Amino acid sequence: MTMKRMLGAVAATAILALAVPAMAQGQLKIGFIATFSGPGGALGRDLADGFMLGVEHSGGRIGGLTTEVIREDDQLRPDVGLQVAQKLLQRDRVDIITGIVFSNVMLAVYQPVIESQTFLISGNAGPSGIAGQRCSPFFFSTAWQNDQPHEAMGAHLQRQGVRAAYIMAPNYQAGRDALTGFKRQFKGRIIDEVYTTVNQPDYSAEITTLRAARPPATYVFYPGGMGVNFVRQYAQAGLTRRIPLYSAFTVDATTVEAQGDAALGTFGTAFWTYDLATGTNELFVRAFLAKHNRMPSTYAAQSYDSARLLHNALTVSNLGNKDSVRDALRKADFPSVRGPFRFNNNHFPIQNFYLYETVRDAQGRLVQSNRGVVLENHRDAYASQCAMRW
Amino acid sequence: MIELVVSQALNGVQLGVLLFLMAAGLTLVLGIMNVVNLAHGSLYMLGAYFAAALTAWTGSFLLALPLAVAATVVVGLVLEVATLRPLYKRDHLDQVLLTFGLILFFNEAVRMVWGATALFVPVPEIFDSEIELFDGEIVYPTYRLAIIGVGLGVAGFLVWLITATRVGMLIRAGAANRDMVAALGVDIVRLNTLVFGLGAGMAGLAGVMAAPILAVESGMGDGVLILTFVVIVVGGIGSVRGAFVAALLIGVVDTMGRSLLPMLLRELLDRQLASAVGPAVASMLIYVLMAVVLTVRPQGLFPARTG
Repeated sequence: MTMKRMLGAVAATAILALAVPAMAQGQLKIGFIATFSGPGGALGRDLADGFMLGVEHSGGRIGGLTTEVIREDDQLRPDVGLQVAQKLLQRDRVDIITGIVFSNVMLAVYQPVIESQTFLISGNAGPSGIAGQRCSPFFFSTAWQNDQPHEAMGAHLQRQGVRAAYIMAPNYQAGRDALTGFKRQFKGRIIDEVYTTVNQPDYSAEITTLRAARPPATYVFYPGGMGVNFVRQYAQAGLTRRIPLYSAFTVDATTVEAQGDAALGTFGTAFWTYDLATGTNELFVRAFLAKHNRMPSTYAAQSYDSARLLHNALTVSNLGNKDSVRDALRKADFPSVRGPFRFNNNHFPIQNFYLYETVRDAQGRLVQSNRGVVLENHRDAYASQCAMRW
Repeated sequence: MIELVVSQALNGVQLGVLLFLMAAGLTLVLGIMNVVNLAHGSLYMLGAYFAAALTAWTGSFLLALPLAVAATVVVGLVLEVATLRPLYKRDHLDQVLLTFGLILFFNEAVRMVWGATALFVPVPEIFDSEIELFDGEIVYPTYRLAIIGVGLGVAGFLVWLITATRVGMLIRAGAANRDMVAALGVDIVRLNTLVFGLGAGMAGLAGVMAAPILAVESGMGDGVLILTFVVIVVGGIGSVRGAFVAALLIGVVDTMGRSLLPMLLRELLDRQLASAVGPAVASMLIYVLMAVVLTVRPQGLFPARTG
C-alpha cells in the first residue's frame, strides 16, 4: 500500500467513524466486558452465554433496535479492563456497557464509564463503594451487592440456632467482605476466622486445624478453582459428614462437575436457583440447557436478566434520551428469572435470597436444589449511604 | 497438640513429595542442560489433564496413571526437540522468553481442548477412605498417604538410577561439568533429551497424583512452578539429593507456617491484627527461608556444580 492510498484509507475510516453517531438511530451497540481467559474464564463465558440468550429471547433486537454486542476480555486485570472500556467508549462508541465479573475490574472501569454518561449494567460485580457513597444514576446491577449472599447464609445459620461457626475465605478484599457480610447476620460465636492465600491449591493444613477445633458448622467463601480444591479436600478428610459445610459462590454450576460427590449435602445461598418456578426461569433453563448442554449458573441467570431488563427498558424509551432510558430501567418492568425484582435507591436489586442444597436430580446430574427463602426482599447494607433518591 | 503437629507434619511431607517430583526434573534440566524451563509447570498441568481425560476414557485412574505419564513424556520430548534444542547455545533470557510463551500457549490450549471449567478426577476407590492413627486421634486421607508412598518410591528409583547405573553416572558428570562430558565423547544431545524426558515424566506424574485432590484447570501449574524454583534454589541447582531435602523442608515449613504461625501470633498479638498478619507472614516464610539459605550458602544446600 502506498503512503497516499494508506492516507486515503485512514481518512475514509475517520469519515466513517464520524458518520456513526448520525446513523446510530435504530441501532444499539453494547460493549460486553468480562473475564474470558485465565482461571476466571468460566465465569465470563457463563455471563456472556446468559446475556446472548437474553438477546436471542428478545428476538435478536434489544428494544427493537439492531443490536451489536462487542465482547472484550479483561483478563481479570483492572488495567486491561480500563483499556478495553476506553476502547469501547471512544472507538466503538457503545451505548451500553455490561458484563464485568470481578469487583477489582469494576472499580477500574466504573469512573470513566459513568463520567462518559454511558449506562453501565453490572452482570455480576457489586463492590460496596458503588452501592454506597459512589452510587451513580448511570449504574445498574442485575446481580447483587457483594455482601448479600453471605448475609443470607449468616441469617440462615442464626435462624437454625447454630451456636458457633468456623469461617474461612481467601485473603483479599472480596474474602474479607464475605466474612464481614456473614458476621453481620450471624450472632453466634466465631471459633476462628481463617484467611488463606489467594489461589492456594492445597488446604490440608487448614483443614487439619479446623478438624482439631471441632466446630459445629463451617462457612467458607472459595470461588472458582479454590472452591473445587477446598470442597474436595474437605470431603476427602471425611469432614462433610461430620461438620456440615455452608458456603456461597463455592459450590455452583461452574464448579460442581469438578467437585463431584464431594459437593453432595453442602449448602449455599444465592438469589436464584435453577428450579425456581417463575415461568421465565423454566423457559430460561430449558433454552440454556438445549443450547449449551450444561446447567446455567447464577452468572448466566444474572446476565440473562441484564439483557431482558435492557430489552424492556429500551422498548418503552428513546435511546437518545438518557433520562427516559434511566426512568425505564428504574421501573425494572421485566420478567426476571428470579421472580420479584425491583431496584433500590442505589440501583441494586431488592430481592429474595434462597438456601440451596447440592443433590443429584432424577437424571443423576449434580444440581443446586432450592430449600426455601432465607431473606425476603433483601436490601443491601450500603444503600443508605447512597445519596441518590428517585 | 501432638496429634495436630503430627498431622501437619504428614501434610507437609505430602506437599514436599509432590514438590520433589517437580523439582527433581527441573533441577536436572537446569543443572545438566543449562536450560531455564518455565514450561515445567505446564507439563505438570498436562499430566493432570491427561489423567482426567484418560480416567474418563478408561474408567480407571490406576490404568490412566501410566498412560498419562507416558503422554506427558511424549509432549516433553517433542518440546525438547522442536523448541528448546535450537536455543541451547543462546542465553537464559531467550530460553525464558520461549518457555514463558509455552506457558501461555499451553494454558490456552487446554482451555480450547477441555473447556474453561475445572475437570473432575475421582480418587481411586482403593484409596478413597481415611486412615485412623493413634486410636483415631489422627485421621488422614489414605490417598495422601499413597502420594507420599509414590513420591518416596520415585525418590528411591532416582537414587538407584543416578548412583548405580551408567546413565546416572553421565547425569552426575553432566551436572558437574557439562563441557568435559561432551569433550569425552558422550552424545550430550541424547543425554539432554533423556534428561528432559525424565523431568517431563516426573512433572507429569506429579500432575497425575495431584489431579484427584486439586482442581484440574488451566493455569494450575503456574503456582507450583514458583514453589519448585524455590526448592531447587534452596537445594542447589543440579542436585537431586538437594531437591529431595529442600522439597521436604519447604513442604514442612510452608505447612507448619500456615497452621501454627497464626496460632502463635494470636498468643502474641491482638486477634484482629493476628488474623490480618498471620496469612501474609505464613506465605512469606518459605521465601525468607530461601533468602537465608542464599545468604549462608549461595550455592544451595547441596551444590552439584563444581566448575
